[in-house]
Amino acid sequence: MSVDLSTSLGSLHLKAPTLTASGCAAAGRELAQFGDVATLGAVVTKSIMLQPRSGRATPRMAETPSGMLNSIGLQGPGVEAFIEKDLSWLSQNGVTTVVSIAGETTAEFAELAARLSNVPGIAALEVNISCPNVESRGQVFACDPYAAADVIAAVRREWTSDAPVLAKLSPDVTDIVSIAHSVREAGVDGVSMINTLLGMVIDVDRMKPLLGGRTGGLSGPAIRPVAVRAVYQVHAALPDLPILGMGGIRTGHDALEFFAAGASAVSIGTVVFGDPRAPWRVAEELSSELASRGYSAVRDVIGLAHR
Amino acid sequence: MTNAQQVTSEILSIEPVGSYYHVVFSAPSIAEFVEPGHFVAVAVGGVGSAMLLRRAFSIHRATPGHSIEVIFAAHGQGTEWLSTTRRGDLIDIVAPLGTPFALPNQPIGAVLVAGGYGAAPMGMLAQALRERGCEVEVILGAATETKLFGVLDLARDADSVTVTTDDGSSGLRGRVTDALPNAIERINAKVVYACGPMAMLKAVARVASEHGAFSQCAVEESMACGIGVCMTCVLPVIGDDGVTRMVRSCVEGPVFRGDRVRWDDVHTVPSDVFGAPVVGGH
Repeated sequence: MSVDLSTSLGSLHLKAPTLTASGCAAAGRELAQFGDVATLGAVVTKSIMLQPRSGRATPRMAETPSGMLNSIGLQGPGVEAFIEKDLSWLSQNGVTTVVSIAGETTAEFAELAARLSNVPGIAALEVNISCPNVESRGQVFACDPYAAADVIAAVRREWTSDAPVLAKLSPDVTDIVSIAHSVREAGVDGVSMINTLLGMVIDVDRMKPLLGGRTGGLSGPAIRPVAVRAVYQVHAALPDLPILGMGGIRTGHDALEFFAAGASAVSIGTVVFGDPRAPWRVAEELSSELASRGYSAVRDVIGLAHR
Repeated sequence: MTNAQQVTSEILSIEPVGSYYHVVFSAPSIAEFVEPGHFVAVAVGGVGSAMLLRRAFSIHRATPGHSIEVIFAAHGQGTEWLSTTRRGDLIDIVAPLGTPFALPNQPIGAVLVAGGYGAAPMGMLAQALRERGCEVEVILGAATETKLFGVLDLARDADSVTVTTDDGSSGLRGRVTDALPNAIERINAKVVYACGPMAMLKAVARVASEHGAFSQCAVEESMACGIGVCMTCVLPVIGDDGVTRMVRSCVEGPVFRGDRVRWDDVHTVPSDVFGAPVVGGH
């Protein structure tokens, strides 16, 4: 039985159910050695900022049980070089592209949205609000419903494209549903969830935090149950809000959990570091998982765990 | 960039060699593309492993149409696991990865310097250099005799081999850099190739510059992906335009010109690096 794997995130039609995750596939080009990137649901680019950025000191990575901590610090070329080099490559290769943006002030997010509005080849905008807000003593936008809504409203005002705007939510909050409500009120077309959880590893030989940035974001299969829970809660509260689900997805079976919890599509993140073919493999496995359970379309299982 | 391939490989042999392990992976579609300095990223722990990240190893030898070989030390959970694999086990590998050693167009003198199992890629490199008519001197160093690797093989592949150990248990007592000036002068070397710990590479790059030779250093940085997408394995390197950038040791490296790496600034973000934090900014 052939399974229809096409799906959508709001107005964005996706030919395949698996996307890459921001920060886990650069801008897609390196993965082209391992598969046709144009056949993925989309490439979600590493978060881009207005200016070039060096990122943090090394060590930037620590492997942890079924996961890893990263402390990259949003190293990137800045939006102009990104448009010229990365977006143009993605467009020329027919890749569906979700551009992730990050800023340190609400104004920076707005400026990025304005700059990217008229640039062709952007299928959706993902707003990475898991950044420290320098105007609010470094508090992360995504952890404050008002700051999160301010960013989304500012982006919405500047974003003149028809492509949907997604907010990427952090699980490091007391109530992720209230943040989802807040960004929806501010005008998002969907949410991406979850971002990493803040963690730390101590190097007991040096008696210091191992990472150069001291803390890092925990990702990988270790956080998957947290992600499934978060997707389930937000879908229960806001069943019409499209969700791009992510957090430790390693197999088609894992992906199916996210769809059942309420995700309309999924991103494959950290697992790509160990298995560069994972975004394609997970889609193939998902097809088998669906077929073996008698489903003919991935759309038919979205939110089924809520019955 | 050479395209890397992800394949399921059969372990053709694995055996201890001194303090290290020597493993032969079947890699018929990969081996012909391997150049000296390329590396392989090996999945560890088996299916469903709690260790998500690959371990990267410099390729020791490549037999076209057949196999690639690796030398490793079992010094962590992943390499301990790898040391328990057996002939016939299947393992997922990605190779060839990275930017290999740059080879000269002229038949110049070259000194190859390695610390411990950093000697792994040097046999392939020595052969490639001698095919180009280069005179090749090798200096192998280690803390002690049992940590040396490849002394006999390199005696065959190179014109001469000098051994140094910190404790004097084999060869000259001292560091590889103690033997380097003489080696450069003996053959009027124009290039020094090095693979080993960062402190050794830094010292080799300095001595090479002082003696008017270029250096090509294969760095060892911890990496999550090995294919250029994670941005964890960066170090500050000066570009052709004179600007320092945080560059990936897995794609732009692992081999860098020794005079371009800011050795003293590794594990920091120098204030003049491209995109450095501005005061009052991030």
